[in-house]
Amino acid sequence: MANIVAVVTSDRTKAGGGLPIFYAGDAKETMALAGLIEKIVDAAAHRLAEDLYILVDRH
Amino acid sequence: MERKRGTLVNAWRVFEQSDLTGVVMGTVIGVATRFLMLKSDYRQYPAYPHGKIIHLALGTIAAALGSVAVPALLKKDFTAITFLGMAAQQFREVRNMERNTLSAIDQQELVPRGITYIEGTAVVFEGRNYLSILAAFLTSLGVALFGWIVGAIVGILCLLIVIRFRRGKTIKDAATIEFAEVEVDGPDVSVGGIYMMNVGLEDNQRIIREIGMGFVLTPRSDDAKVTISNLGQRQAILHDVSVRLGVYRDDGEPALLPLAKLDLHSGRLGILLLPREHDREVALRAVSDVPLLEAAVRMPTEANHRKGGAMPNG
Repeated sequence: MANIVAVVTSDRTKAGGGLPIFYAGDAKETMALAGLIEKIVDAAAHRLAEDLYILVDRH
Repeated sequence: MERKRGTLVNAWRVFEQSDLTGVVMGTVIGVATRFLMLKSDYRQYPAYPHGKIIHLALGTIAAALGSVAVPALLKKDFTAITFLGMAAQQFREVRNMERNTLSAIDQQELVPRGITYIEGTAVVFEGRNYLSILAAFLTSLGVALFGWIVGAIVGILCLLIVIRFRRGKTIKDAATIEFAEVEVDGPDVSVGGIYMMNVGLEDNQRIIREIGMGFVLTPRSDDAKVTISNLGQRQAILHDVSVRLGVYRDDGEPALLPLAKLDLHSGRLGILLLPREHDREVALRAVSDVPLLEAAVRMPTEANHRKGGAMPNG
């Protein structure tokens, strides 16, 4: 089963809870951050909304 | 009296030699059968010289066992059958060996073969040893009963049959294959209208737009629909095609993943590839030549149409 390992967003109202959440300043920074984390943890970045990404581990 | 005895001894020698002829010819034909079936193809297995040696050696043993069984049985030495039983045990071991090797290698593949494909390959390796035994047995039987000419004919027939049936069915027997546009709409990637996946990063979206290649497989029958929806069969397609066309993928790039997804409504299969080789002709041939896996082939239409099979009666 796939696991969500992190959430990246610039909107503090869109994510909360027990996951690692990374807050970015704007949409551009959100994507850059998601890209970096994708390469680091080897988990695919999926875009749910303009400024909301989840990183999914399928190993 | 002396002369009569001499003739008897000579005759006995001829009989002895006919035994030997049968064994030798049977073994040669058996090994030839195994060798023909060992031709390494685009799947590049067994391409390693040592892998070939292992299978040729086992093939020789199989052929020798098959051909020796005939003279043994003709001499009413029925314990010879036990040897064949032992051989079967030995070749089941071959299947385990292949399974273990391929599973171990599979963990390091960028696009893995998948368990179904490995299991299929292992079964083929075991089965081919039995075919080798059978060819040797039949040739030896021909020599023992009718002489070496009949034996040679039987042997050549066996070889021809093996050449004819060496290749099993391929994907193009089960489905029609067409190119399809890879559409990247924001994060949504689809092939020929079949939704594939969500790709978050713009870099990855660009790569998929540029080098992605799409196919749509339309099943030829209801049976084929079940076959191409099998996950193992789909993984086999992705692996084989990635081997032949190369793959634009690396460790740590989880979004660049060749994928196959089903259009649930129509049963068509969308395939997204990230090939290095972009020649459409080559790509089409690569997809067409993927073998149909034994484990994936189902015949639901046959089962449902069997007389009295559909309704429980009592």
